[in-house]
Amino acid sequence: MTLAGWTSEGRPLLAGVASGIALVLREPLSFWGGVEPATGLIIDGHHPAQGQRVAGRILVMPHGRGSSSSSTVLAEGLGAGTGPLAILLGEPDGILLLGALVARELGLADCPIVVIGDVWQQVRDGDLVSVAADGSVQVGPTS
Amino acid sequence: MGLRLDDRDREMLAGELGPATALAMRIVIAMAEAAGAERLIDITGAHIDGCLYHGPVGLSFAERLAADEAQVRVPTTLNVSALDLLHPDRVRLAEPARSEARRQMAAYESMGCQPTWTCAPYQLPDRPAFGEHVCWAESNAIVFANTVLGARTDRYGDFMDICAAITGRVPAAGLHLDENRLGSVVFRLSGFGERGSEQEAFWALLGHVVGATTGNDVPVIVGAREGVPEDHLKALGAGAASSGSVALIHVVGTTPEAPTRRDALGGRPPLRTIDIGPADLRDAAAELTGADVSGALRAVSVGTPHLSLAGFERLTPMLAATRIHHDVTFYVSTGRDVLREVEAQGWLAVYRAAGIRLVVDTCTYITPVLGPEETLVMTDSAKWAWYAPGNLGISTVFGTMEDCVRSAAAGRVIRDFGWLDV
Repeated sequence: MTLAGWTSEGRPLLAGVASGIALVLREPLSFWGGVEPATGLIIDGHHPAQGQRVAGRILVMPHGRGSSSSSTVLAEGLGAGTGPLAILLGEPDGILLLGALVARELGLADCPIVVIGDVWQQVRDGDLVSVAADGSVQVGPTS
Repeated sequence: MGLRLDDRDREMLAGELGPATALAMRIVIAMAEAAGAERLIDITGAHIDGCLYHGPVGLSFAERLAADEAQVRVPTTLNVSALDLLHPDRVRLAEPARSEARRQMAAYESMGCQPTWTCAPYQLPDRPAFGEHVCWAESNAIVFANTVLGARTDRYGDFMDICAAITGRVPAAGLHLDENRLGSVVFRLSGFGERGSEQEAFWALLGHVVGATTGNDVPVIVGAREGVPEDHLKALGAGAASSGSVALIHVVGTTPEAPTRRDALGGRPPLRTIDIGPADLRDAAAELTGADVSGALRAVSVGTPHLSLAGFERLTPMLAATRIHHDVTFYVSTGRDVLREVEAQGWLAVYRAAGIRLVVDTCTYITPVLGPEETLVMTDSAKWAWYAPGNLGISTVFGTMEDCVRSAAAGRVIRDFGWLDV
């Protein structure tokens, strides 16, 4: 049992503070062609999480995938208020970082991006996750 | 080791070249820090994907840079947009998106980018030479630049592309560095006959498999004949960069950094060796095809990435010898520069006579082009087949260009993958 939760020292690609419920994607997701910015809905029919929403969640996945346009689609979602609260990654991903950076530069939203390495696999869907400015991540059950 | 900036980088960051350059440098630096780079390096060119309209944020970013009088420092080409400026009626994009898409295009032009509007900048006359560092966005262009040209670009996203063009700098990281360009996963072709790999579709399907299997490693393909044509490598790369994150593929005996298997791997043993046979490519074709293809075929789309002049050389005689079914719309996407060459060849008459819809400056799966009744669409592009169902809510069928033309004539899907075995 992990009722007490656990902590991981992540490396922030874009430092910031966030807290919310984890949405864990076991397979990488391309935002372009994969997420609808107006709703935050995962629309990629090839992806096992199709039909889930990234909006208001702490998105956890191994790494990004696919098209260069994913930066824009993430930024559009953050601008429309349908983006994730933060993104935790197994490996660094420059394309997602760009989307979050531009959303911050334009003053639209803050979406920290933190690389936590292999422990991303230990986060479970529905876990409560807190991200601190130094990149440390606290994970615990919601109740 | 942290990131070391040179004097000029620091001037740009401090705003001495204006606020747009300072913003661009902030973004380049954040990318460099994320990648663990120790320095920035000069680029000789850029290709911008960020000119495609997705919504108000991409537009705001472009207009903010343009309003602050940003100018690109290196020759810069532009990727597809959401509009076809030569055939405006072909795109059904509604207001206000239509006007906003046009404004976004204008903002990038005002920064000194060339209005090329193509996802295949490698088909333009000036392309980067072997070993040149560039910043290219658009996944199929990235993999082509690294694989076929031996130019060096990392897998860049929108926004970074224009920031690199404005500053002329990118992080010394990723595929700009020798050590990251070595292959690590070997795909061994086995069980194919002599002729199979002469089909472009062979390479598109192989790309789909390679992308889905490779992860973040660099794939090495062994067992292909030497001198694989550019269009086949284009299909390979586009397929691999759609089903996966592949940005460089070594094709032993063809691509410039892979004269031998040993060169491609840098003398190291591969992490994995994967055998690919005809059954794997049949599975790939099935993955790129919807569940039910028995209904009426209403549209065909070829030219993703944009059809090359060599592609038109193949397609034109096929169309000249075929009568397209009256219920089928046949789309061909290409760049405006290639279209000009097609016109100079005198081939356009064939397209007019056959009622073909030529689409330039954009593509049929990124902006509303298809009609509402066109819900079952055939394509020879692994990339189109991969993305169109999610983007457009339609069903796709993957087939060779020849099968696309035969099916367009029949008004129903006709496919033959027998060539995989001969």
